[in-house]
Amino acid sequence: MQQAVNYWWIIGGVLFVLLNTAAGLIWLERRMLALWQDRYGPNRAGPFGLFIVLADTIKLFFKEDWIPPFADKIVFVFAPAVVVASVLMSFAVIPFGPNVLVADFNIGLLFFLAMSSIGVYSVVLGGWASNNKYSLLGAMRGASQMISYEVFMGLALMGVVLLSGTFNLREIVEAQRGMWYIIPQFLGFVIFLIAGVAETHRLPFDIPEAESELVAGFHAEYSGMKFGMFFIGEYLGITLVSSMIVTLYFGGWLGPAFLPGVVWFILKTFVFISLFILLRASMPRPRYDQLMEYGWKVLFPLSLLNLLATAAIILILK
Amino acid sequence: MFSLIRSMWLVFLHMFHKRETYQYPEEKAPLPARWRGRIALTRDPDGGERCVGCYLCAAACPVDCISLQAAEAPDGRRYPSFFRINFSRCIFCGFCEEACPTYAIQLLPDFEMAEYNRQNLVYEKEDLTINSQGKYPGYNYYKVAGMTISGKDKGEAAKEEPPVDIKSLLP
Repeated sequence: MQQAVNYWWIIGGVLFVLLNTAAGLIWLERRMLALWQDRYGPNRAGPFGLFIVLADTIKLFFKEDWIPPFADKIVFVFAPAVVVASVLMSFAVIPFGPNVLVADFNIGLLFFLAMSSIGVYSVVLGGWASNNKYSLLGAMRGASQMISYEVFMGLALMGVVLLSGTFNLREIVEAQRGMWYIIPQFLGFVIFLIAGVAETHRLPFDIPEAESELVAGFHAEYSGMKFGMFFIGEYLGITLVSSMIVTLYFGGWLGPAFLPGVVWFILKTFVFISLFILLRASMPRPRYDQLMEYGWKVLFPLSLLNLLATAAIILILK
Repeated sequence: MFSLIRSMWLVFLHMFHKRETYQYPEEKAPLPARWRGRIALTRDPDGGERCVGCYLCAAACPVDCISLQAAEAPDGRRYPSFFRINFSRCIFCGFCEEACPTYAIQLLPDFEMAEYNRQNLVYEKEDLTINSQGKYPGYNYYKVAGMTISGKDKGEAAKEEPPVDIKSLLP
């Protein structure tokens, strides 16, 4: 009984923290971007402008929730839910702390990859159901970008799996007690980071929504809370990729004992969320063909090399 | 690749730069003296109106936001009987200031004229006239112009020779 109640607390707590983080990231991103562009950003509403989150949310809720008459209605409504659901599902396997874990899967890493693949559906279906040429173009770009970057995202992760010998994220964290995997798997980390940016279609790889070319890409026809779902999904995606980086390469909740594990996890995740925002602040968007070329001609061979080298070194050391 | 990392680093360093923003309502931006803002009618050093109602400003105005009616005072000085600027139309181009032959109409460094009611943006002569000489202190049109007004005949203006008596042969 006690155990079951604990689970509910953890699930509720994780959901609460995550959704609030996603909303708070709206504020954080705008403030950080402003900081790096010598501006202030939102600083009027409430302390440090924090209430802008509230204002944005209220605004999103009260916007007209419009379904275009030419849209495929069922799919149109369904698509935004997919992205949030799939990202939230991925969080189930992430160990936030020594005992703060929703599901202790022995295939946790595969589950994460599967869920991020399902996330592609929301982009494709959203763009397809909008029945609009820009949306469709964005969706096509999104699909090919996310699918191709997923390939070597998975391959880059295999290095970690080789080192730890498990797909279970909790055990991967435990295996990093001696040394964080950032040191033996630096190349894998870089590839995973780039693939993660592409996977969440964040800037500089925001090619599916490239507003200067495609208006807003796959979510051009969305308004109100349906757009809000894409929005929240994107910020949840950043959080997810950041926490995956922390879990896989930076020792998850491991850290000096003067702070509890969860705090270490949150701190490390925050650093990577900031890195995502810094990327947005400083990088130009590549052309579409450049993105694909970079993926398949540079990152893909590199991740294969990384996998081969890791495997060979492990074999030799054995 | 190196340039990407370098640009990320340079952007990161901006964290420690001074922010460019003026926190406007609390902290005002310094406006230059020639800022083209609110339009005002200035006075000459004696406190009289400079405007002589020549309509040049109204003619120069590209959006036709100035309307006035010239009148003549008993002493011979011309003045506008009404002078009206519709600031909801005004584009603050400053052409009226350039056109004005008597330095009467001038643009001031002030832009905070927002109103809730559009009609409040129509400024009458009383709203426009300020108790100042504006950018040209010491200038008094009737003191330098050759025009006759009561108390100042031809040739009595500053830097003006008395008129030549064409009826006389004496040098």
